[in-house]
Amino acid sequence: MTEETMTEETMTLDVTRYRPGHDRAPRTQSFTVPYRKDWVVLDALNHIKDRIDGTLSYRWSCRMGVCGSCGMMVNGVPKLTCAAFLRDYRPGPIRVEPLANFPVIRDLVIALDDFMEKLRRVKPWIIRAVEKPVSDGEYLQTPAQLDAYKQFSMCINCMLCYAACPVYGLEPAFVGPAAIALAYRYNLDSRDEGYRLREPVLSEAVGVWECTFVGECSVVCPKGVDPAAAIQRSKLAGATDWLLSMIMPWGGRR
Amino acid sequence: MTVPRVERPGLFYPKLPATWWLRNANYFRFMLRELSSVFIAVFLVVFLVQLHRLPQGPGAYAAYLETLRAPGWIIFHVVALAFALYHSVTWFNLTGVVQVVRLGERQVPPWLVAGSSFALWAVVSVVLLWFLLRG
Amino acid sequence: MATRKTSEPFWWLLFAAGGMVAALLVPVHLLVQGLAVPLGWTSISHARMLALAGHPLVKLYLFALIALPLYHWAHRFRFILEDLGLRGLRTPIAILCYGAAVLGTVATLWVLWQI
Repeated sequence: MTEETMTEETMTLDVTRYRPGHDRAPRTQSFTVPYRKDWVVLDALNHIKDRIDGTLSYRWSCRMGVCGSCGMMVNGVPKLTCAAFLRDYRPGPIRVEPLANFPVIRDLVIALDDFMEKLRRVKPWIIRAVEKPVSDGEYLQTPAQLDAYKQFSMCINCMLCYAACPVYGLEPAFVGPAAIALAYRYNLDSRDEGYRLREPVLSEAVGVWECTFVGECSVVCPKGVDPAAAIQRSKLAGATDWLLSMIMPWGGRR
Repeated sequence: MTVPRVERPGLFYPKLPATWWLRNANYFRFMLRELSSVFIAVFLVVFLVQLHRLPQGPGAYAAYLETLRAPGWIIFHVVALAFALYHSVTWFNLTGVVQVVRLGERQVPPWLVAGSSFALWAVVSVVLLWFLLRG
Repeated sequence: MATRKTSEPFWWLLFAAGGMVAALLVPVHLLVQGLAVPLGWTSISHARMLALAGHPLVKLYLFALIALPLYHWAHRFRFILEDLGLRGLRTPIAILCYGAAVLGTVATLWVLWQI
């Protein structure tokens, strides 16, 4: 059962190719891959790279939806290619393009620098005024305190939400869904004391206020994070802070 | 103001077209939702003009009502009502997302928050209708 | 203190207030005043409307009903134009939109003052 037969079903993938310094703009190359009902688009890409064209470049790692590396546009929708089954796109063809709204380095590989910079800027870690020494033991947290932020902690930094966000597409300076959702996750964490340090990033014009609540970020998120909710709640918190600072400029802030 | 992005040589920078909102149903519905604010604003201007006519006497007021009977205005108000209802429904659904209500340590489920907003809308509408029509 | 103070929270609060007012109250007013009365399903006499609108509490209500959703429109319309690719003009767009809402507020005050 190892030989491919003449009657074996195949699918066509229309894949974006782009060679920096060589191509002025991306172009499309069509590949024919075997159809297997348990294959995902990533399997098809690996087949292309292994058997047809070894120059095809793309990112992937865990192939099980936890690393966030393999995000691409599949038929115009941001998806993890390890979670996009060929059988859901039959008979095809399937259009595979680099993740939208990001600069393309080569083929399906996009430049992540902007997102990484924004991630660093929102300080996605527990911030304490004074760190507890290890000898004092763990930070204790009730299940209810965990529930408050758990959903937003599921982010795998796959950036599908940035690809779905038209605001980010039109304004690259927008801090964006995942970064804001992660800032929100740490602000909600009972162990964290860093709200004031994250506030300048969120309260900028290109912070939460740029968002127009299109909501597509939450639709495409493969981990159910709901960044749109995080952003709107951050707007409410930010506006409340602002109002209080107007009414009581001498203090009274969180 | 935002700093223009520095573009590195060799990379391809895609541009989002102004027609992005025609690409899928969710984007399109978003645009409709935003557009609803235009129809609401126009209706409120129509209302303001009506209030302006009030102190000018029953003649001026009746003449204005006559203008509103024109088929163009009726069609406008039908369309505006559809948009206003779309705004209300999307708005109250979103209250569940935006407003987190905590009772002690537990969070009120979003559908309940949204449901309460809809219930409020129903009550307010009935009271308002009664108030407007009873004379 | 924030590194760069922005007026965005102010406009967003007005947008939210206007949106809530519009969502709760506009449909019934639209139905009655835009359709029911012109189409003759019901009627509100001029005398009654004048008496109602003359009441200070009603004027307050009418001010909130008309002025606040104008800021809701201004904020949404500003972002519609930006989302349609006119980001380069964002400052004049903001001035025009919020300015129009302010003018509308003044007009509302003036009209209500005359009743």
